[in-house]
Amino acid sequence: MAFSPRRMVAELRVYARSNVRSREGFFFTLIFPIILILLFGAIFAGGGVSQATVYVQNHDSGGQLPTGATVNIGDQLVAALNATSNDCSPSDSSGLCLRSVSTNQNFSSYLSSQSASDGIVIPSGFSAGFLSSQKINVTLFRNPSSTTSAVVYGIVSQVVNGFDVYGASGVRSVGISPRTAVSSSYKYIDFLIPGLIGFSALTSPMFALVNISSTYRRDKVFKLLSLTPLTKTEWLLSKIIWYVGTTIVSFILMSVVGVYVFGAHIALTWGIAMFLVIGPFFFVSLGMLVGTISNTPESAAVVGNLVTFPMMFLSGTFFPVSSMPMYLQGVAHVLPLFYMIDGLNNVMIYGNYGPALFDGGLLIVLSVVVFGLAVRFFRWRED
Amino acid sequence: MPAIVVDGLLKNYGQLRAVDGISFTVEKGEVFSLLGPNGAGKTTTIEILEGLRQQDGGTARVLELDPWNKGYDLHKKIGVIPQGFKFLDYPTPREAIAYFGALFGKKVDPDEMLRRVILEDAANIWFQNLSGGQKQKLGMALSLVNDPEVVFLDEPTTGLDPQARRAVWEVIRKLKNEGRTVMLTTHYLEEAEELADRVAIMDHGKIAAMGTTEQIESRYGSGQKMIVKANEDLLTYLKENTRLQASGDGGYVTILLRDKNDALVALGAIEESGTNWGDLTVRRDTLEDVFLRLVGPEGRSEQESD
Repeated sequence: MAFSPRRMVAELRVYARSNVRSREGFFFTLIFPIILILLFGAIFAGGGVSQATVYVQNHDSGGQLPTGATVNIGDQLVAALNATSNDCSPSDSSGLCLRSVSTNQNFSSYLSSQSASDGIVIPSGFSAGFLSSQKINVTLFRNPSSTTSAVVYGIVSQVVNGFDVYGASGVRSVGISPRTAVSSSYKYIDFLIPGLIGFSALTSPMFALVNISSTYRRDKVFKLLSLTPLTKTEWLLSKIIWYVGTTIVSFILMSVVGVYVFGAHIALTWGIAMFLVIGPFFFVSLGMLVGTISNTPESAAVVGNLVTFPMMFLSGTFFPVSSMPMYLQGVAHVLPLFYMIDGLNNVMIYGNYGPALFDGGLLIVLSVVVFGLAVRFFRWRED
Repeated sequence: MPAIVVDGLLKNYGQLRAVDGISFTVEKGEVFSLLGPNGAGKTTTIEILEGLRQQDGGTARVLELDPWNKGYDLHKKIGVIPQGFKFLDYPTPREAIAYFGALFGKKVDPDEMLRRVILEDAANIWFQNLSGGQKQKLGMALSLVNDPEVVFLDEPTTGLDPQARRAVWEVIRKLKNEGRTVMLTTHYLEEAEELADRVAIMDHGKIAAMGTTEQIESRYGSGQKMIVKANEDLLTYLKENTRLQASGDGGYVTILLRDKNDALVALGAIEESGTNWGDLTVRRDTLEDVFLRLVGPEGRSEQESD
C-alpha cells in the first residue's frame, strides 16, 4: 500500500472538478469570501459608518515637573487619543473622534443624553499621580455589546499603556509622542482580514468534510473506493491540498478587497503561507474525524456544528480576543482556530515572528495528531 | 481451482444471524446467482466475498485469497458494483472511467469501456443527471476498468425499467462470453433464469436450494399442471368423480398431472362436467413457483439489512 502521488492527483482532480461544477462549491470558494469581507468590513470598519465617537471629561488640573515647569498630563492623554485620527470628518473612518465634556456635567447622565456608550473620564490629580509614578486609573465607559466599544477599548488601552511605559520608566519629559504608543496601522479592518481568513479556513473544510464523510458512507462511495488501490491517506491528502488552494484564493480575494475597498494595511510575508497551509490541514482532518465518529449524516452535522460554532465566534474572527471578558479569553485559548488567527495577526500586522512560530508549531503538532486519528478511525469497509 | 469457495460461512448482526453456515463453490467462467427475498443474507454474503465485511465463522476464498485479510491484493483482480450504486454527482461517465483507470494504474480507453456497457450516448453527462439504467451501466464500466477475473454484481437491475434491465443483461452476457466469472444477486427470478448457469436460493441466511434452474425446478417443482378457467362447480365435480388432485383459486382450477393418463382423465372429466370452462393451459412449475414455495408467498420486505 505504498503512497502514490498519481492516485492522489486523480482523486484531487475529481474533487476539484466537483467543486468547480457545483454551485455551492463555486459560491463558497469565490463568492463567499468577498461577501464576508465586504459585509464585515462595512459593519466594523466604516465605509459610510462614522468613526468611533468618544466623550472625554478631563478633571486633571496639571502638575509640576522637577524643573519647576507645570504640565497637564491629562491634556496630553487627550491629545494622544485625538492623534489616533486625522479629524472627525466622516471621510476619516479610523481612530477616535473625541468630544470634550465640561467637568460640571454628570458624565454618566451626559452619555445617556447623547445616546452614547463610549467615554473616558480622566480623574483630578492625574498629572500629580502620573508624575510621582503612582497608579492612576482612567475610567473607560463602554458597552460590551457594542462593536465600537471594542475598537475604543483597543485604542484607549494602547494609548494608556504607552503612557504607563513612559511613567514607569521615569521619563517625565513633556515631549511624549503618543504616536509611538499607538500602532499607526491599527484599524479594525486590519485584524478583520486575518480573522476572516481563519473563518474561511475553518468553515469550508469543516462543513465539507463532515458532510462528505457521512454521506459517502451512506451512499457506499467509501466502499466503492475501498475496492480500488486508493488509500485513506491519499484520499485525505487530496482534500487537504484542495482546501489549502481554496484558502489561498480566499486570502487573495479578501486581501485585495480589504486593501482596495477599506484601505487595510497588511504585510505580505512568507509567514502567512505557513498558516494558509497548516490551517486547512488541521480543519480538513478535524472535519473528517468528526464525520467519522458520527453514525449518521444528521448526527455528524450536529457534532460538526458543536465543534465549529464556538470556534467561529470566539477565536478572534470578528472581535479581538483581547476585548473579550477574561473567562471567554480562557476559552479562546483552547480553540485551535485562535492560534491560526493569532498567528496570522502576528505575521500580517505586528511582525512578531516568535509568537507566530509558536502558534504555527502548535498547529502543526495538533494537525499531525488529528490527521493520524482521522486516518486511523476512518473506515472505508465494514460499518 | 474454483473461482469462489465458501464453506460454512457465518455472519451475525447482534442477535440476527444474517448468514447461517452456507457453503458453495463457483467455477471459473460461471455465472452464479444468489436469489432470495430482501433480508435473506445475499448482500452480506457478497460483501464478505468482496472483502468489505469480515465473517464471524467459516471460510471464504476468492481466487484463492482471503477477502478480508488480502483485500488489497484481491481488489486488483475483482470488479464490484455495490447494491444501489452511487457515485459523485459531477463527474461524467468518461471522467469517472479515466479516474478509476488512474486509481488502478491501468491505461483504459474510456470510449471503448463506454461502448462495452452501451453507454456511449451519455459519455459527457454529469452522473447526477444520468438515468437509473445509465448509472448502473457506469457502475458496470467502473467494475471492469481493472480487467477483473471475477465480477460481483449486487442487484444490478433493481429499480430499472424493463428496457434498461435488458441492456444490463446484455452486458452481463458479454462478461460471460469474455470468460469472466460473475456472481450476481437478484430478487428477480427471470433475471436468474435468463443469466445464471447455477442458482442458489437463499432464505433466512441459509441456502434453500441450489443447482441449475432445471435441476431446481425438477427437484422442488411439482411437475406438470393443467390450469383451466372455470368456477367452483368444476372443482367439486372433479373431487367427486375422479381421483385427480385439484385446487381452485381466483376463477382458475389447477389439476396436478402425475402422468399422461391424468391428462386424459382430466380432459374427459372437464368435458363431462358440463360446466362453463375455457383458457386451458398446461405448464410446468417455474423457478418462481419453486421460489415462492421455498421462501413463502409474502417475501419479507420489512427487512432491508440483507
